[in-house]
Amino acid sequence: MRIGIDVGGTNTDGVLMDGLTVLAEIKTSTTEDVTSGIVNAISAVMTDGDAPAESIEAVMIGTTHFTNAVVEARRLSEVATVRLGLPAGAALPPLVDWPARLRDAVGTHVFMCHGGNEFDGRAITPLDRDELLRAAEEIARRGLHTVAISSIFSPVDGAFEREAAELLAGELGEDVAISLSHEIGRVGLLERENATIMNASLRRLGRTIADAFREALRHSGIEAPVYLSQNDGTLMTIEHAERYPVSTFASGPTNSMRGATLLSGLQDCAVVDIGGTTADIGVLRDGFPREATTLVEIAGVRTNFRMPDVLPVGLGGGSYVRTGDGLTIGPDSVGYELPQKARIFGGETLTASDIAVAGGRADFGDRAAVADLDPAMVREALELIDRTVAEAIDRMKTSAGAVPVVVVGGGSVLLGEQLEGATEVVRPEHFGVANAIGAAIAQVGGEVDAVFSLAETPREQVLEQAKAEATERAVAAGALADSVRVVDVEEVGLAYLPGNAVRVKVKAVGDLEIGRNRVAAGN
Amino acid sequence: MLRQVTEDHLDDIAIGAAILGTGGGGNPYIGKLLARESIREHGPVEVVPLDEVPDDAFVISVAMMGAPTVMVEKLPAGHELERAFRAVESYLGRRATHILPLEMGGLNSVTPLCLAARVGLPVLDADCMGRAFPELQMVLPTLYGVAASPMGIADEKGNASVMETISNRWTETLARSTVVDMGCTAMIACYSVSGAQAREATVPGTLSLNEELGRLVRETQAVNGDAIGAVAERLGGRRIFSGKIGDVDRKTVAGFARVESRIDGLDGDAGVSMTLYTQNEHLAATSSDGGVLATTPDLIIVLDLETGDPITTEELRYGCRVAVVAAPCDPRWRSPEGLEIVGPAYFGYDFDYVPVEATAART
Repeated sequence: MRIGIDVGGTNTDGVLMDGLTVLAEIKTSTTEDVTSGIVNAISAVMTDGDAPAESIEAVMIGTTHFTNAVVEARRLSEVATVRLGLPAGAALPPLVDWPARLRDAVGTHVFMCHGGNEFDGRAITPLDRDELLRAAEEIARRGLHTVAISSIFSPVDGAFEREAAELLAGELGEDVAISLSHEIGRVGLLERENATIMNASLRRLGRTIADAFREALRHSGIEAPVYLSQNDGTLMTIEHAERYPVSTFASGPTNSMRGATLLSGLQDCAVVDIGGTTADIGVLRDGFPREATTLVEIAGVRTNFRMPDVLPVGLGGGSYVRTGDGLTIGPDSVGYELPQKARIFGGETLTASDIAVAGGRADFGDRAAVADLDPAMVREALELIDRTVAEAIDRMKTSAGAVPVVVVGGGSVLLGEQLEGATEVVRPEHFGVANAIGAAIAQVGGEVDAVFSLAETPREQVLEQAKAEATERAVAAGALADSVRVVDVEEVGLAYLPGNAVRVKVKAVGDLEIGRNRVAAGN
Repeated sequence: MLRQVTEDHLDDIAIGAAILGTGGGGNPYIGKLLARESIREHGPVEVVPLDEVPDDAFVISVAMMGAPTVMVEKLPAGHELERAFRAVESYLGRRATHILPLEMGGLNSVTPLCLAARVGLPVLDADCMGRAFPELQMVLPTLYGVAASPMGIADEKGNASVMETISNRWTETLARSTVVDMGCTAMIACYSVSGAQAREATVPGTLSLNEELGRLVRETQAVNGDAIGAVAERLGGRRIFSGKIGDVDRKTVAGFARVESRIDGLDGDAGVSMTLYTQNEHLAATSSDGGVLATTPDLIIVLDLETGDPITTEELRYGCRVAVVAAPCDPRWRSPEGLEIVGPAYFGYDFDYVPVEATAART
């Protein structure tokens, strides 16, 4: 059996699953310290499902901790950003297009140094060791403990980044965390560098959170391995997550959508996941979230992660409802204070949940507390909720025809039984914890990232070879062989190298083999 | 009509630049940032309409040259273009009065703005192509007998040179191998002309068109209108295909990003697929039905099927849902002399040029 946990800004959800069967589910409030909320959720599903700690084979956690830290510009460390490439790139230094608030949070400790590669692997300029030693001295003087290193064309050749990291680590000591851009992103210097700086700023928080998760499991008596879900829907070990906290970005929406497909049995549909603060609208194709085709901004910063294409709208169970000059709902929300602030819970604030209860769509809290609301206003508010979601779905789908819509998440009670542009509105069993289910059924991946020569081998054969190797690695990481499929193929041409070389990155994923007391380490 | 470019215009110019770039010309985001930093440091850029340029003005065309896929990674140092520009000035012993965009599209819609801000000269509301093309001799001034050389070329490392060549084709050949040696990106200054020549041999109003197209997309999106239709209409073209990208075969050959993409039809195009041929810019589109949908020198523009936002060649990837719009080029490109240097045959495609208006009649 396995436990899936989803830690959101408002709720911490948990499920106990045996294979694809949900044995127990729980929705608890996210706690200030996070850990106790996870402990609560774990112990609740273990009690409900009558599962002793020894029977738990794996715990999968999806968390928005790191995304939220960046969005809120809180709990971030100041980062030393070292870019190798001078004189190239001087016109656009690191952090050039960051919003001021986030730039202030990570500090503008920028060290532009020589080095970097041309597209074909030649050095732009050699690494200048003295320059890096001076940078190390200044980094130490400023008391910075985390370093982001980016080098021009490091996805083609990461040697300069590794060399600089070794040199800085030698000067700064073991306590300084170093994040290398070629391990984090793809070609596109500013976007890859941005992601690396974010990663560096999250390393200290990463350690804190990982320790908290381990502590939560210890507290629950569970000795099984713990995994975190990544934005591509696969799992990583907690040790990996400590080093690469940015890999957790957007794992929440991916988990919800994967959970929705399992629960509804629908492979092609729109998914609406309504939480306390936002509704995330995505589209499933063949059971997997459609990927964003354009660059994804996180908190106003451009990155080139592969992300599910999700449209968030500011509508959730805790959204403020204002009736003054024209009716408005959201985008702000009472968030995790819903159980205190909403009218139905004895508070003073009119929220979307109050409207749902007053309109008869939901039945929780104290219905009498909203009995005085003007029925016309309630009707208008419900229509506004439906229209907001229907419009967002319409923006996400690719053709004019109606599509089935699966609604999940605790806030999905806000929606009615019908939506414009929907063939049907499916609200599956366990809809409130789809995200935790998605985490629990997340898969493990295998990746190949290597340079091939197209002179000796035709392109198709190179791709087939890389795909086969990625599949083998996924199996080695614990995936069931017949469940593995290739999810990502990327080629970077390295022209002008002898033999027309191409760098190929292939990712394959499969279901974690479980149930035979065998769980191999992912990643 | 644009008279001055300030920081506030850059978002719209960048969107328009990606549209006119027909997939190529470099990443307009990088260009926007470069222009923004230049304007923040040196102030707004004066824009001069073609009909206000004095006959005896001394005008130099400028651009970035190289592979856009390299540009997103190896960003400029900042001094390259001024070095190339000054190299031509000192070779000719004359100071320029105006800056002329060599092409309009992608990074090169804004490259001239960076230089104009930096050296404090006005930029002409015009360009030498009325779009973007991958080679240096592919400009209207070539049809008028204007020489590309002397050409200044400079890289971010500090290397610079001036070339004197016997033909514009030779300028391209020599510059191309220099660009490759420089690491596939360089800044160039060439085609020095008088104000009178500029008026005759360039396409007027294209910097304004850039800004107008971007504004049109933004404003149409704001009212949930049909941005794809709006772009097609403004350019006098039409939507030729809608679909999902099924495969992108990408390679860099002799300094060019050569791409062949298969687009599988959606909606009204379901069951048909389109092949899009790209060498920096989109150069041809054929249908699996066997027909040519559009070819260079007409503009072939790829837009996001849902939003209408332009998609650059670097952003083409499996699963993108796109609308393809084709629009007529400057009529001078359709002359036999024009087609000889920018027609499909020049790029190695064995189909004849069919004006986009004519392919419309067949579908």
